[in-house]
Amino acid sequence: MDILQNLGLGFETAFTPINLLFAFIGVALGTAVGVLPGIGPTATIAMLLPITFGFEPVTSLIMLAGIYYGAQYGGSTTAILINLPGESSAAVTAIDGHQMARQGRAGPALATAALGSFFAGTVGTLALALFAVPISKAALLFGPAEYFSLVVLGLIASIALASGSVLKALAMIVLGLLLGTVGQDTFSGTPRFTFGLRELYGGLDFVALAVGLFGVAEILRNLEGDITRSVMVQKVKNLWLTKDDFRRIRGPVLRGTGLGTVLGVLPGAGHVLASFVSYSAEKRVSKRPQEFGKGAIEGVAGPESANNAAAQTQFVPLLTLGLPVSPIMALLLGAFIIQGIVPGPNVITDEPELVWGLIASMWIGNFFLVLLNLPLIGLWVKMLTIPYRILFPAIIAFASIGTFSINRNPFDVYAIAFFGILGYVLIKLGNEPAPLLLGFVLGPLLETYLRRSLIISDGDPSVFVTRPISLVLLLLALGAFVLAVLPSVRRKRDEVFEDED
Amino acid sequence: MHGARKDLLAGAVFVGFGLAFAITANTYEVGSALRMGPGYFPLVLGSLLVLLGIAIAVKAFVAGEGDDLGPVPWKALVLLVAALLFFGYTVRGLGLIPSMLVTVFMTAMAGRNARVIPSAVIAASLTALSILIFVIALQLRLPYFGFWLQG
Repeated sequence: MDILQNLGLGFETAFTPINLLFAFIGVALGTAVGVLPGIGPTATIAMLLPITFGFEPVTSLIMLAGIYYGAQYGGSTTAILINLPGESSAAVTAIDGHQMARQGRAGPALATAALGSFFAGTVGTLALALFAVPISKAALLFGPAEYFSLVVLGLIASIALASGSVLKALAMIVLGLLLGTVGQDTFSGTPRFTFGLRELYGGLDFVALAVGLFGVAEILRNLEGDITRSVMVQKVKNLWLTKDDFRRIRGPVLRGTGLGTVLGVLPGAGHVLASFVSYSAEKRVSKRPQEFGKGAIEGVAGPESANNAAAQTQFVPLLTLGLPVSPIMALLLGAFIIQGIVPGPNVITDEPELVWGLIASMWIGNFFLVLLNLPLIGLWVKMLTIPYRILFPAIIAFASIGTFSINRNPFDVYAIAFFGILGYVLIKLGNEPAPLLLGFVLGPLLETYLRRSLIISDGDPSVFVTRPISLVLLLLALGAFVLAVLPSVRRKRDEVFEDED
Repeated sequence: MHGARKDLLAGAVFVGFGLAFAITANTYEVGSALRMGPGYFPLVLGSLLVLLGIAIAVKAFVAGEGDDLGPVPWKALVLLVAALLFFGYTVRGLGLIPSMLVTVFMTAMAGRNARVIPSAVIAASLTALSILIFVIALQLRLPYFGFWLQG
């Protein structure tokens, strides 16, 4: 069995002391940012990217991935205890989880979230291991035309799944693509949009963009109003689930895991979507739908499993195709590139230790999370008492040192300020920042594949529709776009995302 | 029409960016679809962004809905940007410790109802923490005091 061999190699890599340590640090940090509102995993990973520069590639990815799925756990803790989802996918968990907490059943709610997440994480990791090789093999048949269409599909689908105006999301993608063209043109070497600044020859700094967009802009948003958190948390006692609880969560956990595993690979906010879909599915199949919203344990078990399974399978397109489906995956793509690795179908065969080590570490990380979260729940809740007036200067301090240390270039720090203002203005005008980042990361790929395809086809643009795989991908993109603008789907989508804000 | 301001502005921002990119791209060799020059891709995208911006603005004008902009934290905006620029400008010359102290102090003052003494305390503790993490634990070689201070 290849799979066993691969996983064996993975665990061998993941079980080295240094990798175990950084998996632990990653999930602990992730839990922390999941707990703390006002600082998300995207900004955290962006800030820490520079630090991981000196690590082994596998170690750095293990830690960064840990932050991501760790944040999914942390988000559910505050969602349940104080009705404050630290992460968008935990918004649904807050509905019933917090009601359970108010009825004195915070313990079982937390335990359900942890156990469901652990189970789902395990299945998601397995699915990743199972599908990675076949998908990457199929992807090796892709030529530039197929890749071009695939990137188009990724970009369009990310609109279909995001909330808000389709036009604005499209505009943000195009702006991101344009920002991605800054720097030397790879085909002719002509510097573009550099205004004679040497610092811009290599393009805009990815880390500065992400930190500005997701860190500084977010801080400015938060400083608009008063952030006063009154933390009134009852003591959490008795984490055990009753026999009846176990019986009630079995179905939701299984269904949530299945939904999450499948939806996770979708571009956009796959994990957010998964938790919402799971919630409405559970409500529909339940014999007691009237209990939903009043503390139904199924409403915690399903979504929590779904978002965690999705968090794992989001790695499938990244590891097999080099295609990030979310801002966080885009940052991890950046981490690969910083390490000199170009993600894509070849990575699995060229860097087996890296890929399988990362996959195995996710399972280990999920295990750490159960250990970290249940017994130490009190510690995490205490973190909520850290006032925002200390948090945001810390974010700025770490972001500026971290970014400066990559290239020792003051210009990158100025760029944070620039993207912070740009991001703030755009968010203020009702635009979501995520599509911009995806466009920025995928822009150079899109242009390269487009130009290559047209050179090969002697300038005949029909190449994109005469090659069958490319045609299918483009049709899927078209379908996703039509779905996104259809009024009935839009209404449904707005409903789904309503609770998020 | 007043409520639509947000979308009109959003449209205007996109049109502005689109125009800037398209016009600049036009100064590079554009080429043809067969042999795309460096200007081709950005020119097409820039024009597309202009169209999208117009569409957003027109839609806002027709629909006439949209929320108010809400407050802008001007003080925080100015202080945060100034703090980042200051850090970039001085981190080498002044060195990590003085540069960081001032940067964090300025940032902390950006908070609502921020006061001088607590902000100074935050600046001192965060500077110490940053040095602990970045210089001592992660071994980044950044000098504590820069050449401006060494006469």
